[in-house]
Amino acid sequence: MSVVTDTVEWLTDSVRWSGDDGIPHRLLEHVGYTAETIAIAAVIAVPLGFWIGHTGRFRSVAVALTGAMRALPTLGLLTLIALYLGIGLTPPLIALVVLAIPPLLAGAYAGVEAVDSQTVDAARAMGFTEWQILTRVEIPLGLPIIVGGIRSAVLQVVATATVAAYVGLGGLGRYLIDGQAVSDYPQMAGGSVVVVALALVLDGVFAALQSLASGRRPAARPVGA
Amino acid sequence: MFTRKLTAVAATAVLGLSLAACGGDPTEGEQSASDTITVGSAAFPENEILAEIYAQALEAEGVKVETKLNIGAREVYIKALQNGEIDLVPEYSGNLLTYFDPEATATSPEQIDDALDDALPEDLEVLDASAAEDKDSLNVTKEFAEKNGLTTIADLKKIDGLKLGANPEFKTRSYGIPGLEKVYGITGIKFTPISDGGGPATLKALLDGKVDVADIYSTTPSIVENDLVTLEDPENLIAAQNVIPLIADKKASDKVEDVLDKISAELTTQDLLDLNAKNQGADKAKPADLAKQWLTDKGLI
Repeated sequence: MSVVTDTVEWLTDSVRWSGDDGIPHRLLEHVGYTAETIAIAAVIAVPLGFWIGHTGRFRSVAVALTGAMRALPTLGLLTLIALYLGIGLTPPLIALVVLAIPPLLAGAYAGVEAVDSQTVDAARAMGFTEWQILTRVEIPLGLPIIVGGIRSAVLQVVATATVAAYVGLGGLGRYLIDGQAVSDYPQMAGGSVVVVALALVLDGVFAALQSLASGRRPAARPVGA
Repeated sequence: MFTRKLTAVAATAVLGLSLAACGGDPTEGEQSASDTITVGSAAFPENEILAEIYAQALEAEGVKVETKLNIGAREVYIKALQNGEIDLVPEYSGNLLTYFDPEATATSPEQIDDALDDALPEDLEVLDASAAEDKDSLNVTKEFAEKNGLTTIADLKKIDGLKLGANPEFKTRSYGIPGLEKVYGITGIKFTPISDGGGPATLKALLDGKVDVADIYSTTPSIVENDLVTLEDPENLIAAQNVIPLIADKKASDKVEDVLDKISAELTTQDLLDLNAKNQGADKAKPADLAKQWLTDKGLI
């Protein structure tokens, strides 16, 4: 039988849809790791990005640093952290947060930065405080780019969260690693299909959110109109 | 077993979204000349050291030898052996048997020896097996063993909710969880899959107490370094994995057999442990140098 029919068979087998090693449970674990990672990374990166975007301070440092962080191989980092901290949830969470910070940070500062400086100056002239400028002008106007940053971070994390299985956790990576261990290629392919499907669904959700965010932006008017 | 050691490496490739199964064949090459023995090895240090031992001993007896080491997984080097690209490779008896006969049930060294003769294709043969073994072994810390009075795998029955760490395949393989249940009657095991072939992450999980028992290859230096207790296996659940030369039938002359039999007669599990420790420890000694030293120490060259 071909890998394709074997994979379909693996995916449609009823035992695959219940229990701890079933797809629903693994999917839930996977989404859980992704959500936790994004939440932690967002708490760190988004306020920092807003501050950098608003003040323009440390922008070049942020660019250089996020570039360097992007270059870190997640599996290598995970292995290194796991050797110090042992197995468990913390090592993959740290490794994934490191992966998620660059796109979140870049989205946040680029979104704020992209707002027309004349608009910002106008708000300042009307007596807005810096906090009001950020929260009422820059963030709402920059929202599509900020959401774009979140979208990119979610996609990277959801695809890479498979590494959690490497240190004894669950998630969809279990199928890849367990399948690999016993040369069960249909299991690996089936697991990959679920990861891909999840990534596409999440990307669709964020594409919709992003267009919603753009829709709320006041229509651009040419200067002087 | 070495395929399991490769899991870590292979997992990297898998996670990189490349299905590594169908890459090119690195052993594609010329046939070994009829008067030359080409020694191959799997892609992990212990096997390379063994291949060097074979090669240097044969050379010392005037046999023309070439080496093609670090070939890859069993699937690859057995094919190379049958193609005639290599003629001789150090193997592990139990895994070699299940490679040719996946249904094999033999677990003791003698049973495996007998079964191998039937299972091997006609153009291949194995010579005398050595006493040296590199196989899965269940290990606990010394404190844990003393506290719970553990000496054999059967004693694990005393522990409720036993936490066990091993490679992922331990969950389904016959020597793994199913075997522990069937052969030793140990149930309710909490299994933590750790994909490093009993390497540092597995060791750390054991030392940290995140798992009670860890599956570590019997010739891993960390067992000795950390004073771990390897549980005995009175029921032979884990198949014997004696180091054994696998050779192309047409190259197995009396002289060659004689040289290799002498090596197998001398080689012990302790030797493998020492060789691996020197290779992986602070010295990082090269396989060729270690092989020469071992052969000299045993008076074989």
